[in-house]
Amino acid sequence: MTLLAAQAVVLPFLGALCGLLLGPWLTRVLVAGGVRTEDGPAGPPTEARGVEEHVEAVPGVPGEPVPAEGRAAPAGAPGSGSRGALGPVLFAVLPTAAMTALTLIIALTVWRNPGTRTGTLAEIPTGGPPILVGLSVDGLSALLGLLVGVVALAVQIYSVAYMRDEPRYSSYAAFVSLFTSAMLLVVFARDLMVLYVGWEVMGVCSYFLIGHHWEDRANSRAATKAFLVTRVGDAGLLLGIIVLGLGAGSFDIATVLAGAGSMPHTTVVVAALLLLCGVAGKSAQFPLHTWLPDAMAGPTPISALIHAATMVAAGVYLVARLYGVFAEAPAALAVLGVLAAVSMVGAALAALAQRDLKRLLAYSTISQLAIMTAGLAVGAKTAAIFHLVTHGAFKALLFLAAGCVIHAVGSNLLSDMGGLRKAMPVTFVCATVGYAALAGLPPVAGFFSKDAVIEHAQQVAVDDGRLGLLAGAAIPGWTAWTVYLALLVTTALTAAYALRAWLMTFFGPERAAHEAPGAMRWPIVVLAGASAVLGFFGLAAEELRPHLGAAAMALLFTAAGAGAMFLAWRDAPASDPAERMKRVRPVLENAFYLDGLYDLAVVRPVKWLGRVVRTADKRVLDGAVEAAVPAARGLGALARLPQTGNPQTYLTGLLAGALFLVLAVVALT
Amino acid sequence: MSTLVHLLWLPLAAAVLPFLVPASIRLDPIGFGRVASGFVLAMALVQVAAFDYGEPSRMQQPMDVPWIPAIGVRFHLGVDGISLPLVVLTALLTFLCFLYLGRQEVRNARLMTALLFALELGMIGTFLALDLVLFFVFFEIVLIPMYAVIAIWGGEGRRRAAHKFILYTLLGSAALLAGLMLLGVGAGTFDMVALAESQGMRIARGAQIAAFAFIGLGLAVKTPMWPLHTWLPDAHTEAPTVGSVLLAGVLLKMGTYGLVRIAVPALPEGARFWAPLLGCLAVVGIVYGALACLAQTDLKRLIAYSSIGHMGFVLLGIATLSATGLNAALFGNIAHGLITGLLFFLAGSIKERYGTGDLAGIGGGMLARAPRLASVLAFASVASLGLPGLAGFWGEMLALVGSYRPGAGLPREAFVTYMAVAAVGAVLTAAYLLRLLGRITHGRSGTGVVVADVRPAEWASWAPLIVLVVLIGLWPGLLLALTDGPVRALIGAGS
Repeated sequence: MTLLAAQAVVLPFLGALCGLLLGPWLTRVLVAGGVRTEDGPAGPPTEARGVEEHVEAVPGVPGEPVPAEGRAAPAGAPGSGSRGALGPVLFAVLPTAAMTALTLIIALTVWRNPGTRTGTLAEIPTGGPPILVGLSVDGLSALLGLLVGVVALAVQIYSVAYMRDEPRYSSYAAFVSLFTSAMLLVVFARDLMVLYVGWEVMGVCSYFLIGHHWEDRANSRAATKAFLVTRVGDAGLLLGIIVLGLGAGSFDIATVLAGAGSMPHTTVVVAALLLLCGVAGKSAQFPLHTWLPDAMAGPTPISALIHAATMVAAGVYLVARLYGVFAEAPAALAVLGVLAAVSMVGAALAALAQRDLKRLLAYSTISQLAIMTAGLAVGAKTAAIFHLVTHGAFKALLFLAAGCVIHAVGSNLLSDMGGLRKAMPVTFVCATVGYAALAGLPPVAGFFSKDAVIEHAQQVAVDDGRLGLLAGAAIPGWTAWTVYLALLVTTALTAAYALRAWLMTFFGPERAAHEAPGAMRWPIVVLAGASAVLGFFGLAAEELRPHLGAAAMALLFTAAGAGAMFLAWRDAPASDPAERMKRVRPVLENAFYLDGLYDLAVVRPVKWLGRVVRTADKRVLDGAVEAAVPAARGLGALARLPQTGNPQTYLTGLLAGALFLVLAVVALT
Repeated sequence: MSTLVHLLWLPLAAAVLPFLVPASIRLDPIGFGRVASGFVLAMALVQVAAFDYGEPSRMQQPMDVPWIPAIGVRFHLGVDGISLPLVVLTALLTFLCFLYLGRQEVRNARLMTALLFALELGMIGTFLALDLVLFFVFFEIVLIPMYAVIAIWGGEGRRRAAHKFILYTLLGSAALLAGLMLLGVGAGTFDMVALAESQGMRIARGAQIAAFAFIGLGLAVKTPMWPLHTWLPDAHTEAPTVGSVLLAGVLLKMGTYGLVRIAVPALPEGARFWAPLLGCLAVVGIVYGALACLAQTDLKRLIAYSSIGHMGFVLLGIATLSATGLNAALFGNIAHGLITGLLFFLAGSIKERYGTGDLAGIGGGMLARAPRLASVLAFASVASLGLPGLAGFWGEMLALVGSYRPGAGLPREAFVTYMAVAAVGAVLTAAYLLRLLGRITHGRSGTGVVVADVRPAEWASWAPLIVLVVLIGLWPGLLLALTDGPVRALIGAGS
C-alpha cells in the first residue's frame, strides 16, 4: 500500500526529470518514426532542428532558450510552446495519468478496508531523533491524494492546449510534475521532516511557476513575494516541527500525536502556534495572505493547480493531520478562529471590488480557505476536510473556466468580458456550476460542505465554545460567536461577488468569441461533474448532513447577498456593479492597503538595515582592522627612534644599562 | 604502509614536477594538472571504497611513525567518518578547478599548477593529520600558495586583499599555535586520538578555558566567525575563480573541522565555557551576513558575505556541543563546500562573460541571453537558500534542532533564542538570493550583447557538484551515517 503511494510520489518526479533531460530526444525519435506532430507532416528537417534548440536544461530549474522579446514569441516558434514538443508532453501527461490511477486505487482500497498503513524505507540518523523516510496512508491522506491526482491530471491535460504557443512549455510542465510530486509527499509523509521537504519543494516550484513569464519585472516580483511571505511562515513551521519532534522524541507523526498529551502544556501551545505560522503562510490566511493575489501572475492553469486545489490546501491539511496536537492547545485553535474570521470577511470584501477576474478568484480562495480553518478552529475537522475537497474541485473548475474565458478574450479584466454565454456554452454551463458551488447553492457541492462548517460553528457558539472533542477542549465563547457570525456575513458576501463575476463574464451585451479547444473543455466538464455531485457523498456521514434551521439561515444570507448584487447590476448590465461602492471601492480593491503597510513596516526597514550593515562593515569592523596598519607603523617608528646608527649613542646606552644593573643588584642584595 | 600517504606525495610530486621539466620542453601544465589531480581524486575514491562503514568512528588506514622524536612529534595520519567526506571534497574541488581552467589562457600556468597542488597538499594533510604539530604544519602550508594565487592572478585590488588575507590569518595562526602548545604540553601528548579519548581529564579547567580561547580564536579567523571576517570579502572579490572556489569550498572548513576534531573533544570544559559566546557570535554572523548581502552590489562580494552567514550555521551547530549540532556542522561544511564552490564557479564565468561583477552592470534577462547559465545559477541559489531536498537544508535544519536541545551544562534559554534568530536569518538568506536571481536572471536584457551559454569545460566542472548537491540533499543519510558515530564518540564520554 505504501509502496503504491511511493510510486505515486515518485512517478511525477521522474516525469519531471525525464521531461527535461529526455523530452526533446523523445520528440526527435517520435518525429523520425513518423508520428505527426500537431503542426503537420512528420519530420521536416527544419522542425527537428528547431526542437533540438530545446535541449535539456538542468533538472530543477527553468531554462529554455527564448527570444529576447520574450512572451511575444512568434506563434509556432520552434521549441517554445507545447506544439511540436511531443516528448515533453508525453513525459508530463503519462506519468501524471499513471499517478492519478494509483491514487484512485489507493483511495478505493482504503475506502473498502479502512485503517492506517505505514511503511518506512530507511532511518536517517541525526544525533537526535532520527528521520524516518517513510509514508503513511490513511483515509485522510488517501482522500487528499485522490484530489491532488485528479486536479493535477486535469491541469496537465488542460495545459497542453493552453500552453500551445506560450514560451518554455517543457520546463513549465516539468515544474508542474515536480510540484505534484511534492504535494503528494506532503500528503503521504509519515515523518514531519519529510513532510517539510515536500512543503518547501512545493514552495519553490510555485516560485518558478509564478515567475514563468519572467520577462516582466512585475511577475518576477510576484514570484519572489510569494516565496518570501510563505517562507516567513515556513520558518515558524520548521521551529514548530522541531519543538514537537524533540518533545515527543521522534518526528514520526503517529508518535508525535501519541505524545502530544503528555508534553508540557506550554510546549504544545508554542508548537501549535508555530505550526500556525506555516499554515497561515501556505494557506494564505491573514496576516500572511498577501502573496496569493499577486501569485496570479503565473499562467492560469497554475493558478488552478497551486492556488486553488493543492498548495493552499496543504496548510489546512497539516492542521487536520496534526489535529491531536491542536486539540491539546485550544488557545491555538482560538487564534486560528480569529485569523480565519478576519481572513474570511476581509478577503470576501476585497473580492467584491476586484477588476481582474483571477485576482477576484484569488481573494475568494483566501476567503474559502478561511472557512476551512474556521471549521478546524471550532472542532469540525471532517467538515473542514469536506469543504477542502469540494472547494478543490469547484475552484479548480472556476480557474480553468476563467482560463478558457481569458484565452478567448485575451484579457484578465472583467470589463473586457461579458455576454459570452452564447459564444461559449460549455464554459458557461460549467462555470455556472462552479459559481453556484462557490455561493453555496443547493444541491451543488459547496452548499453541503459550507453548511456543515456553519452548523458546527453554530453548535459550538451556542455551547459557549465547547468543541465536543474527546479532550473536552473549549475555545472562548466570544471566539466561537465571532467565527459563526463571520461565516454568515461571508456567505452573503460570497453570493454577491460570485454573482457579480458570473454576470460580468457571461451576461450583458453579447460578444463574439470562440469556445475553448477540446483539451481545455474536457477537464472543466469533468470538474463540473465532480462539483455537482461531490456534495451528496457527505450525506453518508451524520455530522455532514444539513439540517433545516441552520441551512435556512445560511441560505437567507446567501439570498440577501445575491439579491443586493442583482439589484445593483440590473439597472446597468454593461457596467460594473462594484462602481456603486464609490469611495469605499479603492480601499477594498487594494485589500485595505495591507501591502503598503508591510512595505513600510518590514521591507523598507530591512533594506535600510542592510545598507547600515554594509556601511558599518566597511567603516567600523574593517576600519578597525585597517587601522591596525598605521598603528603597527607607528609602533615601528617608535621602536626605530633609538636605532640612530650612531655608535656613540649605543655605547652610552650600553654603559647606562650596565650601570643600572650593577646598582640594582647592589641595592637588592 | 597506509594508503593515505598517496594522498600526500601525489600532490607534492605534482607541485614540484612542472619545474623539473626544462623550459625548453613545451608542457601543458593545466593538462598535466588535470591528470595528476584526477589521480589524487582516484586515490580519495579508493579510500571511500576501502572505508569500513561498520566502524566509521575508528581511525582507519592509520600511519604512525616518529617524526621529531626529541619533542614527541609523530607523523600520524588516519581517516574516519569525519575526515573522509572532507578529503573527498578537497580532491574533487581541486580536480574540478583544473577542469574549469580547461582551455583558458592562464598566465604563468606552471606556477599556477604548482601552487594549486601545494594548496591541495596542505588541505588534505590538515584533514588527515592526527598530531597537533603535524596538523598545524599542514594548516600553515595552505597560506602561502593561497596568498600567491590571490596576489598574482587576482583582480585590481589584489595586493591589498592578499596582504590582508595573509596578515590576518597569520595572526590567527599565532593564536592557534599558542593554544595547541598549551593543550599539547598540558596534556603531555600531541596525539589527537589520545587527546580526544582523554576528554580533557588531565588539564585543569582554567588551562582548558585559556587553550580553547587561543585555539578557537585561531580557527575562528579561518572560518571566519563574525567579527573576524573582514579579510574574506576582499580576498574573494579579488581572487581568481579557482582561488575563490578552493578558499570557500575547502579553506574555510579547516577552521570548523579543527574545532570539531581538536578543541571540542580535547577541551570539553573550555568548550562549555565559551559555547554560549560562540553561539551568539554565530547567529550574529548569520543575520549580519544576510543583511550585508541584501545591500551588496557586487556578485562575488555577495557570495562572500553569504559564506559568513552559512558558516554561522556551522558554528552554531558546533556551539551546541550536542551530537545533532556537530552532525549539522559537518554536514553544513560539505554542503557549503559544494554549493558555494558552484556559486563561485558561476560568478567567475558570469564576470568573465559580462566583463563585470557589478549587479547593475550585468543587468537583467540572463535567462534569455544564456538560459542554461542562468538556470544553473538559479539552481545554485535555491540550494544555497537551504531548500529541503537539496544539500544546504540539512545542515541548517540540524543546527536549529541542536540549539533547541543543546549539550549538557549549556544555558538552554540562550540557545533557544539563538535558534529563533537563526530562523529569521534563514528567511533573510532567501530574500537576498531571490533578489539576486530577480535582478540578473529575470527581466529583459538591455543591449543585445551576445553572451555565450555554458561551455563544455564548464559543464564538466559543474555537473558533479550539481549531482552531488541533489544526491546528498535527497539522501542526507549518506553523510550522516558517516559522521554520527564519530561525533557521538567525540562528545560521548565527556557529557
